[in-house]
Amino acid sequence: MKEYCAATRTHGGRSTPDLSDMAEVEDTLKRIQAQHGVIGTIVVNGEGIPIRTTLDNSTSVQYAGLLHQLTMKARSAVRDIDPQNELTFLRIRSKKHEIMVAPDKEYLLIAIQNPSE
Amino acid sequence: MEIVYVYTKKRSEFGRQCNFSDRPAELHVDILPDSSLAANFTVRDPCNVTIQCADEMSEHEVNTERFESESRGINHVEGGWPKDLNPDDMEATIRYRKKVEKDEHYQNTIMQIAGLMEHCIRQNNATDIYEDFLEDEDEEDVEESEEQPSAKTINVFRDPNEVKRTATSLSWHPDGNHKLAVAYSSLEFQRAPNDMNFDSYIWDIENPNKPEMTLKPVCPLVCLEYNPKDSHILIGGSYNGQIAYWDTRKGSQPVEMSPIEFSHRDPVYKAIWLQSKTGTDIFSASTDGQVLWWDIRKMSEPTERLVMDPTKKGNIDNSLGAISLEFETTMPTKFMVGTEQGLVVSCNRKAKTPAEKIVCTYSGHHGPVYALQRNPFFPKNFLTVGDWTARIWSEDIKESSIMWTKYHIAHLLDGCWSPVRPSVFFTVKMDGTLDVWDILFKQNDPTLCLKVCDEALYSIKVQDNGRFLACGSQLGTTTLLEISSGLCSLQKNEKALVSEMFERETKREKILEARHREMRLKERSRSEQSREDEMKETDGEESVEELVARAEKEFFHIIENERMKERNEEKDKDQEKGVCEEKDFQEEHETNGVSSFVRTEISL
Repeated sequence: MKEYCAATRTHGGRSTPDLSDMAEVEDTLKRIQAQHGVIGTIVVNGEGIPIRTTLDNSTSVQYAGLLHQLTMKARSAVRDIDPQNELTFLRIRSKKHEIMVAPDKEYLLIAIQNPSE
Repeated sequence: MEIVYVYTKKRSEFGRQCNFSDRPAELHVDILPDSSLAANFTVRDPCNVTIQCADEMSEHEVNTERFESESRGINHVEGGWPKDLNPDDMEATIRYRKKVEKDEHYQNTIMQIAGLMEHCIRQNNATDIYEDFLEDEDEEDVEESEEQPSAKTINVFRDPNEVKRTATSLSWHPDGNHKLAVAYSSLEFQRAPNDMNFDSYIWDIENPNKPEMTLKPVCPLVCLEYNPKDSHILIGGSYNGQIAYWDTRKGSQPVEMSPIEFSHRDPVYKAIWLQSKTGTDIFSASTDGQVLWWDIRKMSEPTERLVMDPTKKGNIDNSLGAISLEFETTMPTKFMVGTEQGLVVSCNRKAKTPAEKIVCTYSGHHGPVYALQRNPFFPKNFLTVGDWTARIWSEDIKESSIMWTKYHIAHLLDGCWSPVRPSVFFTVKMDGTLDVWDILFKQNDPTLCLKVCDEALYSIKVQDNGRFLACGSQLGTTTLLEISSGLCSLQKNEKALVSEMFERETKREKILEARHREMRLKERSRSEQSREDEMKETDGEESVEELVARAEKEFFHIIENERMKERNEEKDKDQEKGVCEEKDFQEEHETNGVSSFVRTEISL
């Protein structure tokens, strides 16, 4: 993972204006939302505020709050078991759908998908 | 031996202060040993003294306080926003969000984790890794493995009043089955305590601590039913014979009550909603012998009345007390009434004259028929519960039931079919046990026998999904039970097998009935023959009363003869014994006239 991000950094150059990056980010998020079965996506910052969401505000706030805490707990659990390990992805499968959380130091990307059946 | 010491004080000295002083001891009484008393006692040798050498143990009971829980919601307020930002201000929040999105770090992070996310989403779409691959195989396994039938208690609803009343009737809410209406009353004649509460309750099955709604009738309710078409309306039949109906949107008081003059004269044991266009018709039954029809919009008088007179004359003095009713919406013209005398009467609603209303009767129970219900899958067969048995009948066979359980030790007080399985029915008994019968599995004994509580269970109602059932006990405790899935899921071929079984039993009964009829005919013809012979001796047929009079005369004649004989015997004995003894003997004889008669008979 770390190597990958280093690659993008050098590749991107980062001297280009932010707009194209923003467009890229937009594109990526739109692509995720457009995937088959995806119900909604939420980007949450470190304080639990949904930055970008395709769901309504109250739902987003609820998901953000709950999953933030859960991710913290999962992260610390993984670290406790093996200090050299770290949490890369969290998937919660429920009867109705699957909640996928991609954690980062500061941000959280949450996607809710209805699995293929 | 009385020992008295007299202490005297002058009246004028009362109230004086006490002046204590020392004085030497005075001997007031001296009881010396009296050796003559020893004669009343004997020395006991040996003395038995029990000693136990064991650990001392004590029994201690602790009962914790009943824990009452309540569900409450918490209102979350959106947080996390920086202090200077008002979360309700749309523009400010949008601006903030845009600001974050412009941040480089944000963009890098998102690109990173979005890649990961996409990978997982695509993975999900490619194959469902949690799919049930062995679903088909599982099904087959389940069919073969015999799951042990079981039931477990989910919730217990206790009567919140101090004075406990019997839960006499239960009714499930027609949509959703989340509520249960329970009628409470005391069925013991005139033994209801004065401060007994008249209320009946509607419970939410999730909350056993407090009833959801209270219904306040004028007199305790014996039966209570939800309207299957409109879940806000309930009717209740009360202990004094009145019918009342409630609308749960309008509060706890009844919306309207029938007037006492036109109501029943005895407790209304059962009231059922009828199938009608307006959805407001009900009919009720009571042990005063009447079945009354009402329209709840106009409760001032019943729309129709039927007297349960088996001789079809409408004579209320002859009538049988009705204690249960049965009405199936698929057969709206017929209904059945279970009586206190053990007969089940089948009636036709559409008959023109009251005489035609009563179609036929089925007899077989020795006591009141407490429950009566048609099998939801086979309406021609119905279940009756009364005295110590439960019986299954076929409409065509009027002489006896086609199947019956053995005689139990305790009375059976209520029963019902399972709405999802044609071969399963439930009964409750006076000793507090619930029996689940599966006639395809075992016919002699219940498939499952559960002891629900120590007191008698008076009522049982199964929910429409067949999985949950509620039973009410004598102390007002309603227990909600869930039965195992084996007992509430339709087995393959079940309908065919049950219908075969019913047909087989019906045929057997028909054959027996035909045989009985033949035998009776033969008997009758034989007795007629012999009576013709006798006619030359006696003057034609004697009526019943004459026969009785003749029998009585003969009986007394025989007793008199015996008495005379005995008196003659006594007179002989007199000469040996004294006068007193003779008198005693005679008195004894006169009181034991019949027994002495029997005695001599045996000796002969």
